[in-house]
Amino acid sequence: MTSLDTKPRKADKPARAVRSAGDRTFAGLSTGAGILILVVLAGVAAFLIAESLDAISAPAAEVPGGEGVWSYVGPLVFGTLLAAVIALLVATPLGVAIALFITYYAPKRIAATLGYLIDLLAAIPSVVYGFWGLAALAPSLVPFYAWAERNLGFLPFFAGPASVTGRTMLTAGLVLAIMILPIISAISREVFSQAPALHREAALALGATRWEMIKMAVLPYGKSGVIGGAMLGLGRALGETLAVAIVLSVSGGITFDLISSSNPSTIAANIALQFPESSGLDVSTLIFTGLVLFVITLAVNMLARYVVNRRADFSGAN
Amino acid sequence: MAKRIDVSDLDIFYGNFKAVEGVNVSIEPRSVTALIGPSGCGKSTFLRSLNRMHEVIPGARVEGKVVIDGQDLYGSDVDPVDVRRQIGMVFQRPNPFPTMSIYDNVVAGVRLNSKKMKKNDLDDLVESSLRGANLWNEVKDRLDRPGSGLSGGQQQRLCIARAIAVQPEVLLMDEPCSALDPISTLAIEDLMTELKDRFTIVIVTHNMQQAARVSEQTGFFNLNGVGQPGRLIEFNPTEKIFSNPDQKATEDYISGRFG
Repeated sequence: MTSLDTKPRKADKPARAVRSAGDRTFAGLSTGAGILILVVLAGVAAFLIAESLDAISAPAAEVPGGEGVWSYVGPLVFGTLLAAVIALLVATPLGVAIALFITYYAPKRIAATLGYLIDLLAAIPSVVYGFWGLAALAPSLVPFYAWAERNLGFLPFFAGPASVTGRTMLTAGLVLAIMILPIISAISREVFSQAPALHREAALALGATRWEMIKMAVLPYGKSGVIGGAMLGLGRALGETLAVAIVLSVSGGITFDLISSSNPSTIAANIALQFPESSGLDVSTLIFTGLVLFVITLAVNMLARYVVNRRADFSGAN
Repeated sequence: MAKRIDVSDLDIFYGNFKAVEGVNVSIEPRSVTALIGPSGCGKSTFLRSLNRMHEVIPGARVEGKVVIDGQDLYGSDVDPVDVRRQIGMVFQRPNPFPTMSIYDNVVAGVRLNSKKMKKNDLDDLVESSLRGANLWNEVKDRLDRPGSGLSGGQQQRLCIARAIAVQPEVLLMDEPCSALDPISTLAIEDLMTELKDRFTIVIVTHNMQQAARVSEQTGFFNLNGVGQPGRLIEFNPTEKIFSNPDQKATEDYISGRFG
């Protein structure tokens, strides 16, 4: 019966590690904050689902458009993704290039000023972007659209007829690109400037030029940060309401034609434009489109996570 | 391939601060030359001036001459990038590229020279470089794994393999063993003894036993006080430095009666 003595005494409480009051308070606060996020997220999801049930279960003919919620939301999803993808395609290379210029090419003083100016872009309210896009960018793009229709009309993107107001999907995408530029360039700048000197020196000592050093030691290190920044930007572009609502001329359904005046709307802009005049089932339908946007954004973020983690071994974090 | 280095009247500045002053030295090919001295005496700065790596710090410049087999490294038409392709460097902390596999790390420098090499030739180069760095047997089955997964000593040998893969004329080592355990240190020291048949090696070390074990020539750097430039106090055969140095300061330093 000697084993009795050596048996771990499971019934007893495990010895509590000594922790200071401050430590416990902070642990409690941060845990609470983490839980709060989950509660809010769950609350939003529950609200969206509950409120959109009416529209989902309603007969197709009664839903706005007369063909059911799915055909109502389809063009909106397409428009949302198209505008966001245009924005991302323009803003990501530009943002990365700006970040590289600021961190590795520009003289110190210019770098600081430029960084400050880029950050300032983020402080401009989206309604201002909207009016700028409507009043300044759209008209100035009209000649380009006409030119594109004549010379690049064989591409589906420039099939035309070219818009005479310039309020096209491409204009909306470009406005969104400028809006998400500060997010992407700020995050890229941050990760690029943290690329370890150790590896930058390793590249230089092998006889790398500055650009080769960036390719070997900075970009691979910053890749996941850039993807993260791009996804944050994409999130903003997907959800941006006012600027798109002001700029985009909406009529019609799914089309890849970027320069005509008949464009699908985006989910967020459509909600903003339709909501004041809606009641009953219309409201439920709009909330359903909101639910779809919620799911899209969630999926985009999960995809980004997956992309970032796929080659975690090689990430440089170890 | 191994070349001699002649340094004359070399002053090294960071901005207005003179870090190293008046270095005159000739470093023999196919030998190991050790540089010792207290921290901050300029020996690492001097080492980095031999492949123009100190220029990474803004405002760094030199006066004087560094000549490698007749070629002035600081000639007005010399690109520092070309200098670094001829003169390899191994750093204090092992720094394999974490985003690259072991294989890609070894050929990183070769790829930079933008020579298009056949897969077979690359494979041979990887094997010979890793064998040269005494690492082949440990990693031959996992060449596609990241270099950062190796132990510290293995990583440092990977860095040496990467440096010798481009067939440099000179190999500079900046305290290559200071982050390693004694067994890994021994492995690197053995490696240096093998490599000196092919390369001119210059090593900075704080470990005087190491200098005594591996080098033929030893240079002792010192500075008179904080804010003063470092100087090469004595440069002599290693045996002489450690048994009967010319300078009192050298003797004080190696016998630990310093400061």
